[in-house]
Amino acid sequence: MVTPASTPAATGDGLSAASPRSIHDAVIRLAGDSQDGIQTIGGFLARLAGRSDQEVMTYMTIPSTISGGPSIFQVRMGTGDILTAGDQTDLLVAFYQHSYESHRDSLRPGGVLIYDTDHVKPDPADRRFHAIGVPVSSLTIEAAGGSAKGKGKNIFVLGLLARIFDLDVAKLAALVRERFGGRSEDIVRNAMVAFDAGYAYPADHVRDCFFRFASGPGESTHGRPQVTMDGNLALTYGLIAAGVRYGAGYPITPWSSIMETLRSDLPKYGGTFVQAEDELGAVAYALGFAYSGHLAVTGSSGPGLSLKMEALGWAVMSEMPLIVINVQRGGPSTGLPTNVEQSDLLQAIYGSHGDTPRVVLAPKNVEDCFYVALEAGRLAREFSTPVIVLTDQAIATRIEAFDEPDLAGLMVDPRPDLSERGADFKPFPLDRITRHAPPGSRIASGRYPTVTGLEHDEFGHPTGSPDLHAKMTAKRREKIKAVADTLPATAVHGDAEGEVLLVGWGSTWGSIREAVNRLRAGGLKAGQVHLRNLHPQPPDLGAIFARYRHVLVVEMNDEGLYGYGQLATLLRARWALPSIHSLTKTDGLNFKVSEVVEGVTDRLRRNGSA
Amino acid sequence: MTSAAPALATSPAPARPPLTRKSIAGDHPTWCPGCGDFAVLAVFYRLLEKLQYPHENIVTMAGIGCSSRFPYFVNTHGGHYIHGRALPFSAAVSLSRDDLHVFVFGGDGDGFSIGGNHLVHTARKNVRLTYVIMDNFVYGLTKKQTSPTSPLGFKSKTDPTGAIDQPINPMGTLVNSGATFIARSHATQVNHMTEMMERAAKHDGFSVVEILSECVEFFPGAFDAANPRKGGKFPLIEEKRHDGTPEDAGRHDVTDASAAYRLASLPWPGVFGVFHESQRPTKNFLEGRLVAGAREKVAGKSDREILQSSFARLR
Repeated sequence: MVTPASTPAATGDGLSAASPRSIHDAVIRLAGDSQDGIQTIGGFLARLAGRSDQEVMTYMTIPSTISGGPSIFQVRMGTGDILTAGDQTDLLVAFYQHSYESHRDSLRPGGVLIYDTDHVKPDPADRRFHAIGVPVSSLTIEAAGGSAKGKGKNIFVLGLLARIFDLDVAKLAALVRERFGGRSEDIVRNAMVAFDAGYAYPADHVRDCFFRFASGPGESTHGRPQVTMDGNLALTYGLIAAGVRYGAGYPITPWSSIMETLRSDLPKYGGTFVQAEDELGAVAYALGFAYSGHLAVTGSSGPGLSLKMEALGWAVMSEMPLIVINVQRGGPSTGLPTNVEQSDLLQAIYGSHGDTPRVVLAPKNVEDCFYVALEAGRLAREFSTPVIVLTDQAIATRIEAFDEPDLAGLMVDPRPDLSERGADFKPFPLDRITRHAPPGSRIASGRYPTVTGLEHDEFGHPTGSPDLHAKMTAKRREKIKAVADTLPATAVHGDAEGEVLLVGWGSTWGSIREAVNRLRAGGLKAGQVHLRNLHPQPPDLGAIFARYRHVLVVEMNDEGLYGYGQLATLLRARWALPSIHSLTKTDGLNFKVSEVVEGVTDRLRRNGSA
Repeated sequence: MTSAAPALATSPAPARPPLTRKSIAGDHPTWCPGCGDFAVLAVFYRLLEKLQYPHENIVTMAGIGCSSRFPYFVNTHGGHYIHGRALPFSAAVSLSRDDLHVFVFGGDGDGFSIGGNHLVHTARKNVRLTYVIMDNFVYGLTKKQTSPTSPLGFKSKTDPTGAIDQPINPMGTLVNSGATFIARSHATQVNHMTEMMERAAKHDGFSVVEILSECVEFFPGAFDAANPRKGGKFPLIEEKRHDGTPEDAGRHDVTDASAAYRLASLPWPGVFGVFHESQRPTKNFLEGRLVAGAREKVAGKSDREILQSSFARLR
């Protein structure tokens, strides 16, 4: 897709302005202000792709201002493997002058620039693109009536894009109807008038840039319908399937949408979600629900996770099952609230005072958010432990289409176990995993347990015994070590041995995979391992690492004082391999495929092997 | 809440032995000899004996502090949570389990300082539980630092020349926060304490009893002014009886928050009894109503079918 700036004509799979042609995928960037509804039409495009059994991935920015401000929504859709939202844009829609100026450099040379002639005066000297001026604002007002005041521009553009990309109009109309139909028939009618105006426009003016997506593998290969949503929603539904019926939180970007959905959805299942007075209260509520016998959740983003750390120490000490979500954002402190970073890993693993072994997981994409939540629930129950799920701003807000989960075998019974405990019941046995007895459970011995954050004996009595503290610390450690024994063999993508292994975690999965594919296409023997279990780590990593000359750990955090990112630091400590190196960045943006490729090339050059 | 319905609830036991002081006494208390907290513990035993709740349905919670050791000394389900946060923890127990009776114990540091925010918000939300604050006007477990209720001039290790910060007004704070049952008692007045704690336990909502409980080690004599045996006075609040008599006009209307606030503003040692008692829907009730409404809309559907339909909307 990378074309020299001096060569306007594009080659390969991307768009070309030369003639109507078949394409495999397209990256469309809509640039405007946050109140223009560009997220709405971006969402329509993503869902259309999902309904057409296409692959889709989106990327969006939202200003952290209260209302208004520049905003973009990028959609990559098509029939190939869509692993990232795209390094470069094939088609840019610029609603304003600032949209044009800020985003024209994201458009690849030879790409299509559509701009609203009512607001944008393009630079006549910039001949890199196929520029098409459309009076979007005035045509929308003309079509939908004089009182529209800019409303409906987004739907006009949707019509325009539908014509350019030969999209399925019936399916789009159905999506528009589903979105607006609940309010009034007038709104649907106005929306469709604007849509038709946009759709009719290019027939006369942009005849030479029509495209059609090459047909994909066809709907039958999936077997199940596709669903389209962002990572926060997929995670939320995963929690519900996992048996979470109670939870608590405090609003913070980008975690809030999870608590909003749980607040409105859990009552349908007989549960409830409490908006607590603060983060400390939120984790306290969640632990109170857990103590009562429920699988409970709390969550937050960076700063909020720091506030929960003392309570998570209590959860480790009292061996209470709990799911904790951290939608990471740029830190430290208030940091970059609406940007992505993976800099909370060490906090998740080690953030509480004292020795606090616990489980840490990370989803690799939107679909995986659903399944990671189920896994978090399984581990929390089975090992009676807090489980932290590290997702991030990128995965939380981007939209992907994936096969609808088959819920039949996945739903977990949420009811607490209030069965009578035998006379030999011990709340903290040394020789087996703790099984919390919630209040309401009779204890045959008549001795009722106090769960506690003080070091304790097997019956929960406080103790200062050096021997018991050592034994209980070991018990809590061995329990988490045992989690590693339940993990499946680590999957390697690409070459099973060779020059370089790229190791990542979380939302960078797609960029790293596409980079590995590109490197292999260039003749390099390269593989990818993506860690879902960050703590404890899978036990087979050392053997895999040994099969490559270089192990490059790719993560969105700082290289730190010693030159290694957070996961790289852990992997070096665990496996003590000098072949482990770090590729990090801290610009608050997703890794581009090209950045990963360049990072690998640079590493190989420095080691004198390229 | 409906999903709290126990999956494997024990079948009602035939005839149960009644709860006795022996069956509800836990570990031997670790408090200093002469500590006011012993009396509070004895009153709690007496209360549980009287109320005869099913043993396994009683929950005794606490945060951190001398008084927060309480749960170890009571043989019921219970927990010793972190400093200041026992209220939201216990609120969750109450909200998700209608079958339980939740009691929370703590001190002035736990309740009014590190946990002050939680006190205000649990009161505002009117979560059904009983909170007993054993107020000794000093940090005892950490050996004599100034507490949020220490009077001006109190000499402590953190205020060697005397406390300079205005102390909090417990009753005033609770009235302002919207607590629906607020009472004040004294650890030397066993019958009065029992009466206050029993009314609190039976109140449908967030009920708080502040008990002046002397720390004989670090603030001896702190509450003598309210102890008749030490030459003080124990003035009781006379509650309105609504009997139409002329003297009733001068009695305290417990439903009147402004009147409660005026009582809270009286000079030391103030008055004792019920400052405020009113009825407003509990969070337990309001959340239950939300659940009932939502359940009605999905009537007859299994959890899987509800989630399935959420997915179907995103096809």
